[in-house]
Amino acid sequence: MDDLLSDALRQLLQDQCTPQLVRAVESGQSPAGLWAQLEESGFADALVPEDQGGAGLALSDVFPLLALCGSQAVPVPLAHTMLARALLAQAGVDRPQGSIAIASVTSRQAGGVRCAFTSFGRVADWVLTAIDGATVLLPTAQAASEPGVFALDASLQWTEAALSRARQVPGAHDLEALQACAAAAQLSGALMDTFHRTLQYANERQQFGRPIGKFQAIQHQLSVMAEHAFAARMAAQMGCHSATAAPDRLRVAVAKARTSEAALEVAGLAHSIHGAIGFTAEFDLQLYTRRLHAWRQAAGSESYWQEVLGEELVDRRDGLALDLVRATTDVD
Amino acid sequence: MSALDSLHLTAIPPEAEALRAQVRAFLQDAVTRIPAHVRARSWGGYDSNLSRELGQRGFLGLTLPKEYGGGGRTPFDRYVVVEEFLNFGAPVGSHWIAERQSAPLILKYGSEEQKRSFIPAICRGEMYFCIGMSEPNAGSDLASVKTRATRNDKGWVLNGQKIWTTNAHNCHCMIALVRTSGTGEDRQKGLSQVIVDLKLPGVTVRPITDLSGDSHFCEVFFDNVQLAADAVLGREGDGWEQVMSELAFERSGPERLFSSIVLFDEWLAYVRTPQGRTPESVRLAGRIIAQLAPLRAMSVAVTGKLARGDSPVVEAALVKDLGTGVEQSIPALIADDLFRRPAHEVPLELLRTLNYVTQAAPSFSLRGGTRDILRGMIARGLGLR
Repeated sequence: MDDLLSDALRQLLQDQCTPQLVRAVESGQSPAGLWAQLEESGFADALVPEDQGGAGLALSDVFPLLALCGSQAVPVPLAHTMLARALLAQAGVDRPQGSIAIASVTSRQAGGVRCAFTSFGRVADWVLTAIDGATVLLPTAQAASEPGVFALDASLQWTEAALSRARQVPGAHDLEALQACAAAAQLSGALMDTFHRTLQYANERQQFGRPIGKFQAIQHQLSVMAEHAFAARMAAQMGCHSATAAPDRLRVAVAKARTSEAALEVAGLAHSIHGAIGFTAEFDLQLYTRRLHAWRQAAGSESYWQEVLGEELVDRRDGLALDLVRATTDVD
Repeated sequence: MSALDSLHLTAIPPEAEALRAQVRAFLQDAVTRIPAHVRARSWGGYDSNLSRELGQRGFLGLTLPKEYGGGGRTPFDRYVVVEEFLNFGAPVGSHWIAERQSAPLILKYGSEEQKRSFIPAICRGEMYFCIGMSEPNAGSDLASVKTRATRNDKGWVLNGQKIWTTNAHNCHCMIALVRTSGTGEDRQKGLSQVIVDLKLPGVTVRPITDLSGDSHFCEVFFDNVQLAADAVLGREGDGWEQVMSELAFERSGPERLFSSIVLFDEWLAYVRTPQGRTPESVRLAGRIIAQLAPLRAMSVAVTGKLARGDSPVVEAALVKDLGTGVEQSIPALIADDLFRRPAHEVPLELLRTLNYVTQAAPSFSLRGGTRDILRGMIARGLGLR
């Protein structure tokens, strides 16, 4: 089932989400056309229970779909929307049309609220966030928006009046873990794609009369890239391991810490092997390596999640480190 | 790439997981009173009494057939038991190589008589083997081995020298890769594996002291050693292929992630004290766990491939190269953490353990194939060679 689903999404994205389109959206073109295609495909409701109109899948099942959002550089928050819609369905809240970014509040001012550097904040229709422990859904159309650092991010600010009209989502929800889970899964896809592109380039690019992949120094760099990309993919799989639609916070901590660490290594090696061509705007590599850095920074860097893990490990007053490793790696 | 793409999150079956409590109960009793700096030797530690006791309790030879004294169980069962040995720092070095690779090798290639004479004793934790692969000029370039077995009327006469042979001074037998025909220029051709009883006349074993003062590995000299005709393991001339399959047993296991784990747990016990806990050390604990956890999931995934009867050579190389890097980083990171503090705060036993693991760490990426050889194997798996 996994393969059928991911083959279908891959095909859709290869047709509809071309590098030209990604560049156009990053340059300011509306993603509405792409989003309409994705909406029609039903993937955004993959985690929503069947009796509420979704596909009723578990988070483990949709890992390949979330990763594809990274490996195809999808310029809309499809991964976030899948996770957010599952949460809304579970909370019994009507799900709005349009895409949903998940964000953290960074400051409160004059009764309003600000979510700085929201991933996909520039292209999302809605933002799911938590204010004083209460989860709310806010329309981006009512926010004051400033460009973020990464092309698709934005800092969004809602007034007190806008806030008072926010859709309330009952229940306690770990939005931080949801954001990090989405970022880790997208990172794992972007890491794998960056690695495969670099491998292909090394087999094609000729220097000194042979492909550069024939040189031992390049082979060893590619082997190291493979190690990071595959360890990161395993970590992201762990982060998405859940029989429900919600991730486990400790598994997410491993996933985000490891994928973020790999992002730095793999982006560096990819550019090193590609040489100057990989540094150009025209060559597609940058679509992925810019995301590696953006998603490494999003939803907590490796240090942030290492601290989460470290506190859990140290607060267990005794027992082997192995037992925490097992708690994050063992599956039924 | 298809090989690596199939490394998926894999479940350890409940039957295998059920062994964990049994082996852990035994180890808690038998091992935890040994000081950490000694337990840190782990699969380099030697204790033949412990090996016999593990054999009696059925913890050795789990994957070997019952008819030869094994457990008739799956690679997952062995994975769980071995993982516990390593995490407790049990001194399992006496039987380690015999149980891990010699017995499976004999099972795969040996004659019925060889299987019956060696495998049950290995499962009982009573017979120890070493591996005769490296020679002074044939380490990573294994195809250039020169030790030679020449036919005579009684069988074979063995002459030559092996080196870096782990635990040879404590072993009963060696499985040696030797030349039985042709010359060194023939490379992989004309090589065979022979089982050598190390008590035979003409065998000299000389331990080599390493930089930490231990003697784990040895030089072994063969001077006209008379071997019987049935000393050849498998088919004459197939030694190269057999050795490559043997190395796959060696590279993917939990011993490539957990060589520094006794140190990590000892350091963690200190970080768990009020004076030991700092924000930096808490984060470092998480940094190491975030490395170890995906690696363990990969090692379990490789075990799953072994359990399905695959030969995951490239995946094993990937796990070993990444894993030994993490094992080596642990003493370096812990030293950095401890020596930014006032020295008097740090328990002496922890520092002793750190010192041992720091000194042993270079070997982690040497034993079982050097880093550069493994990266070459991964590159081949990626289609680059």
